[in-house]
Amino acid sequence: MSPDFWIVITGILVAVNCGLLGVFLVLRKSAMVGDAISHAVLPGIVIAYLLTDSRSSIWMMLGAAVFGIITTFFIEFLHRKARVQSDASIGVTFTWLFAIGVILVSLFSGNVDIDQECVLYGDIAYVPFDLFFLGENSLGPAPVWMGSINMLVIALVVALGYRGLFLTSFDTGYASSIGLNTGAWNYLLMGAVSLTVVLSFNSVGAILVVAFLVVPPATAYLISKRLETMIASTVVLGTLSAVGGYLLADLWSASISASMAVFSGIFFALVFGYSLVGKKLRKRVHLSES
Amino acid sequence: MTAIEVHNLTASYDRHPVLWDVDFEIPTGKLVGIIGPNGSGKTTLLKSIMGILPIDSGFVKLFDKPLDDVRNRVSYVPQRQSVDWDFPATAMDVVQMGRYKKGKLFGRLSKLDRDIARDALKRVGMLEYKNRQISELSGGQQQRVFIARSLAQQAEIYLMDEPFVGIDAASEAAIVALLKEMRDEGKTVVLVHHDLHTALEFFDWVVMLNTRLVASGPLVETLTEANLRQTYGGKLNLLTQIAHLVKSQEFPVREKEMRD
Repeated sequence: MSPDFWIVITGILVAVNCGLLGVFLVLRKSAMVGDAISHAVLPGIVIAYLLTDSRSSIWMMLGAAVFGIITTFFIEFLHRKARVQSDASIGVTFTWLFAIGVILVSLFSGNVDIDQECVLYGDIAYVPFDLFFLGENSLGPAPVWMGSINMLVIALVVALGYRGLFLTSFDTGYASSIGLNTGAWNYLLMGAVSLTVVLSFNSVGAILVVAFLVVPPATAYLISKRLETMIASTVVLGTLSAVGGYLLADLWSASISASMAVFSGIFFALVFGYSLVGKKLRKRVHLSES
Repeated sequence: MTAIEVHNLTASYDRHPVLWDVDFEIPTGKLVGIIGPNGSGKTTLLKSIMGILPIDSGFVKLFDKPLDDVRNRVSYVPQRQSVDWDFPATAMDVVQMGRYKKGKLFGRLSKLDRDIARDALKRVGMLEYKNRQISELSGGQQQRVFIARSLAQQAEIYLMDEPFVGIDAASEAAIVALLKEMRDEGKTVVLVHHDLHTALEFFDWVVMLNTRLVASGPLVETLTEANLRQTYGGKLNLLTQIAHLVKSQEFPVREKEMRD
């Protein structure tokens, strides 16, 4: 397989994984929780490294996932108990945790081989060289494997939890009146987001992860009448952004991650323009009818 | 038989008591209004009954049992403004939520479930709007969709939070007629209602609330001027005084001219 192929596949996997969860984040008006988690996992990664003294991704991921959950818990706690507005509690939590991560990195910079550049921007271009070996045989790039396993987990969460997520996102009061544990559903979603962010940003960087979490779902939201449509259009838009971004980067020899993020932004602008025109036209039809 | 028993209920928000030692019973098959001024704890009372808010002391029993035993027989309609109506869902999607049950969230809805949802939409006169996105409905139509979801639950007790706020007269009349029908079928329908000027006369039973319970009982015996004064306090006093003034002096003058 050509290296280009693996890069595009990785982009698509991340786009779809983030998009599927992003749909529910956008609908719950907590899209920026994804942003928070993607930054706040840094101390988890560093601590995992310091404790195990290995760069094995399993431990780092575990450390990051734990901090993802801690982030979610902190945000909820500040919002509920300390009565801080939810956006402010997101800001307080993740800047603080990210800063702790930065200090940890600089304190142990002598023996830690982690840099913040890599965390923020990642580098999808190196994906084809990060091979996964089983004994002597290479089974293809590791990020593709991780992305695929991640996709399986998310597909399960969304398919089995569809109604629970739908109901708790739309109407929490009603959801708890029929006996659903709305807090547990929130943690399930945020746990899946933490896992996905951690598995993804290794290869594509935190900024593209946030872009894929928010932009395709927000675009789909503009044109969708039903949740199913919103999920399907998110998947399509995410895939197109990944492919289009890759082609754009190839054309201009620009950063691949950045091009993919730019492409998703272009789609948003196009769809937004289309929905504005559509609304105007509908109004005109209404006027001529009446 | 007693549908709802609220016993010495105290609940607070931010360490301020919102409900203080509230104690009453509601018999089955009645159309009940919970009335009181803004901030008197009406919504908190409904949420405490549904176990959505924690209570500080006291207990609630429905059909003589704790809520968890009879959840399937109780339906709750939150305030319309409490949800985002721009959500990507059609009227039918929302009504079908009435068929979701705890522990039965997976798998397809059965034909029976879908028929029940359809009948519920039909009953509130919204069947022709079933494929509309909920953002494209008027306030009154949205409220009717909410009530249809509640009907789809096929419960015996219905608790509705302010169903008449911000809706048109036609929807209000349709909803009132429907609520009376439900009452006549033996359901217990409890509404939180804050507007004293409309639609008080169709209640069979009222619970008057102002953090503490003022009175609870059949409409005619309970809705007395003394109780109203105690529930609404100074506000009502001022309003009645103005009403007397307007009546005695035929004020304001401009309206008098218009009448001629």
